[in-house]
Amino acid sequence: MSDSVQHRIELKGITKAFPGVLANDAVSFKVKPGEIHALLGENGAGKSTLVKMIYGIMQPDAGEIIWDDEPVMVANPKAARKMGVGMVFQHFSLFEAMTVLENIALGMDGSYSQASLEEKIREVLHAYDLKLEPHRIVSTLSVGERQRIEIVRALLLEPRLLIMDEPTSVLTPQEVGQLFETLRKLSKTGCSILYISHKLHEIRDLCEAATILRGGKVVGECDPREETPKSMAEMMIGGNLKQISKAKTREFGADRFVADGLTVPGEGDFGVALDDICFKVRAGEIFGIAGVAGNGQNELLLALSGEQPSSNANAILLDGQPIAAMDAVGRRNLGLCAVPEERNGHGAVVDFSLTDNAILTARERMGMASSGILKGGVATAYTSKVIDDFAVKTTGPGSLAGSLSGGNLQKFIMGREILQDPEVLIVSQPTWGVDAGAAAAIHQALVDLAENGSAIVVISQDLDELLAISDRMAVINEGRMSKTLNVGEASIDEIGLLMGGVHGDPFATAEMTEAVHVH
Amino acid sequence: MTYSLLIPILMTIVGAATPILLAALGELVVEKSGVLNLGVEGMMLIGAVTGFAVTATTGSAPLGVIAAMIASAASAGLFGFLTLTLTANQVATGLALTIFGIGLSALAGEGYVGQTVDVFGSVFPASLSEHPTLRVIFGYSPLVYLSLALVAAVGWFLSRTRAGLILRAVGESDLSAHSIGYSVIGVRYMAVLFGGAMAGIAGCFYSLVLTPMWAEQLTAGRGWIALALVVFAGWRPVRLLLGAYLFGAVMTLELHAKAAGFSLVAPEFLAAMPYLATIAVLAAISARKTGMSLAPACLGKPFKPSS
Repeated sequence: MSDSVQHRIELKGITKAFPGVLANDAVSFKVKPGEIHALLGENGAGKSTLVKMIYGIMQPDAGEIIWDDEPVMVANPKAARKMGVGMVFQHFSLFEAMTVLENIALGMDGSYSQASLEEKIREVLHAYDLKLEPHRIVSTLSVGERQRIEIVRALLLEPRLLIMDEPTSVLTPQEVGQLFETLRKLSKTGCSILYISHKLHEIRDLCEAATILRGGKVVGECDPREETPKSMAEMMIGGNLKQISKAKTREFGADRFVADGLTVPGEGDFGVALDDICFKVRAGEIFGIAGVAGNGQNELLLALSGEQPSSNANAILLDGQPIAAMDAVGRRNLGLCAVPEERNGHGAVVDFSLTDNAILTARERMGMASSGILKGGVATAYTSKVIDDFAVKTTGPGSLAGSLSGGNLQKFIMGREILQDPEVLIVSQPTWGVDAGAAAAIHQALVDLAENGSAIVVISQDLDELLAISDRMAVINEGRMSKTLNVGEASIDEIGLLMGGVHGDPFATAEMTEAVHVH
Repeated sequence: MTYSLLIPILMTIVGAATPILLAALGELVVEKSGVLNLGVEGMMLIGAVTGFAVTATTGSAPLGVIAAMIASAASAGLFGFLTLTLTANQVATGLALTIFGIGLSALAGEGYVGQTVDVFGSVFPASLSEHPTLRVIFGYSPLVYLSLALVAAVGWFLSRTRAGLILRAVGESDLSAHSIGYSVIGVRYMAVLFGGAMAGIAGCFYSLVLTPMWAEQLTAGRGWIALALVVFAGWRPVRLLLGAYLFGAVMTLELHAKAAGFSLVAPEFLAAMPYLATIAVLAAISARKTGMSLAPACLGKPFKPSS
C-alpha cells in the first residue's frame, strides 16, 4: 500500500440537516493511513450520519470529503467501495435466507464465478485467521459469525479505510478479542479504521486517535491511550459525569417482593431452567442479579414479569399475596412493572407511536382507558411527561418508537415504567447500548424510585452497574441463584469468581458463596 | 377411460394450466423482489382485451400478444408508481388494479363482443400437430411452448445469475440491499413490469387461444388462482409448473365429468373445485409453519429509502 499521502481521509465542514434536527454541523477531522481512529459521542450525536456520508449512503448538504489528499464526491456506496472504503454496519446488512457465499457475492462489485469467489474468501479467512463456512445459511449463524461475514465482505475489497459502526455491542468478550486482533493486523497493512463505539475501555485498548462529537459538532480530539474512560465520557457529555446520589443510610421496609422456590423447566434442548430460585426484596431496596449471559436471566425475567406464569402460585409473593400463577396483565394491575432486555419488539412495538407504546403498559395504572374507550389526551400527556422527565431525544409523542436511537428508546421505556410509580419494578439490562450520560440518568431514576419505597430487581451483566446501584445482590449461574450478598461487603473479584471462575459447578458455587459470607 | 378420450383430456388440462402458469410465473418474480401485486386478474383482463382488439384489427396474433404485454405492463407500471414511488399500500392498490382492469377491459372491449379472430397457427407441421396421438405434444399454441421455456428461463435467472441474486436479495432484505448500494426501487420496478407483461400473455391466452373471443370478465377469476399458485409452489418455478398442471386438471374436472355423464355431484360443485382447492391449499400451507418456505422476507413491505 502506498502511504505517500498525508491523510487517508479528511472531512472539511461536513453539514447534514434532517427535518427538525441538524445531525452534523460543520464537522471536520482527519485520519492518517493505518490509523485506528475512534469516533466518540452520545446516542444521537451524529456519528452514524457522518459515516453514512463517507460511505455514500447519504450526501452532505455542505462541506468536502478529501480522499488521499484529493476532494471527492461519494455518490453512492458503490463509488465508496471503488475508492477503497469498506463498512461494517451496526445492524448487519445481511440476507438471512441466503448462504454466506451469496451474501458476500452481493457485496462485491463485478461478477465472480462462485468457485473463484470462494477461493478468495478462503484466502482472506486464512490470512486473518477467521473461521467461517461459506455454504452455511446465514440464519443458522451466531451473531459473531454474522459479523465476520461483513468483515470478510469488506476485506475482500482490500479497503484502505474500514468503518466499523458499534461492532462489539453484540459480541462476547472472546469475540471482541478476536475482532481486535483482526483490526490490528489490518491497520498494519496501511488500512485506516474509523471505529465507532460506546465502550470507552475498548477504545482505549484499540484506538490511537479520537474525535469527539456532541450534538452534531466536533467538540474535541484526544489520544484515547492517554485518557481514562471517565475523562472521555465527560468530554462526550460536556460536563461532569454525574455521580449517583444515594443516601448512605437507607431505611428498608418489610419484604415486598419474594421469590420462594421458583422453578421453571427448560424448553427443549435449549434454555436454562430455573432451579429453586429464592430471594427477598424489601420495600425501598434495589436487588441486583449478576451473571454471565445465558445462565437463565431471560427465563427469570419472563417468570418474574408474568410472561411465563408458574403453576405454583406461592412461588412469587407481592406484599404477601401469591402472584406466580397470574399473567403479566394481572401482575401489572397489582403494581409490578417490568422492562425486558430486548427493546425492539419486546419492550416496545417499533411501528407504534410512543403514545401507543405508553398505552400498552400504562393503560390501567395511569387511567388511560375507561370502559374500553381510550383517553387520547391522558395518554399523550403521560407520554410527553416521560419524554421531558427522561430527556428522550425525539420529535414528539407521535413519533414512531422505531425512529428513536437505541439509547433514547431505552430511556423512554424505563421512564414509561418508572413514572407509573410501581410497587415492584423488574428490569433486565437497564443501560444496554446506552451512553454514559443516559446511563447515569437511568441509574439515578432507579435509585430515586427505590427511595420512594418501591422494590426493584435489576438483572444485569454489567457488574459495575450492579455494584453502583444495588443494595444487595446475588449471582445466577446455570439457572441457580447464589446466596444473597451485601454489596458493601462483597468485592468485585469475589463476585467475578462466582460468575465465571466456578461456572458450571454448583458445589463450588455454594462453597464460594459461603466464603464470601465469611468476610 | 378409453384412449381416444385421454388425448383431448390431457390437451384441455394443458390449455387450462398454461395461462395461470404464465401469470403465476410473472407474479413469482414480482413477489421474489418483495412486492405483492394482487392486481393479476385486472392485468390479465387488460391483456386479454388488448390482445383481442389488436389481433382483430391487424389480423396478426403475435402482434396482439406483444400489444397485450405492453398494455398489461403499463398497468403494472401504474401499480409500481403508486406502490413503489408513492409507497401506497400494496394490497389496497393491487385490489384497485383488479377492479380497474375489470372495468377498463369491459369498456374497451364493448365493440368486440361476439367477434372472432383467426387463432394462432401451429409452430409444427400439420403431420405432427394434427396427428391423433402426437398432437398431445405438438398440437398446442406457440404460447404453451413459450410458457415452458419461460419456466426454465426464470428458474435459471433466479438461481444462477447475478441479477437474479440481486432480485432475491432485494426481496429478502430491502434495507440491507439498499445499504450495500443496490437500487431497491429500480429492481422492483423491473420485476413489476415483467409481472405485468406475463399477465398480459396469460390474458390473451384466453382471448386468442382458448375461446377465442372476447367477453366481459373472460378470465373468470383465474388471476386469483395464479396468486394462490405462487404460494402453493413455495416460490419455486419448477413446483409452479407442477402446481399449474394440477390446478389445470382440477379446473377441467367439471367439463370431463359432464362429458362422461358423471352426475353424483352437482356440476356447480365441480365448477367451484378450483377455487375450493385454492382455499384448501393456502390453508394447508399456512398451517404447516415449520416447513422451509422460500417466501421473501420483505413481501408486501413498502420501502422508504430515507430511513
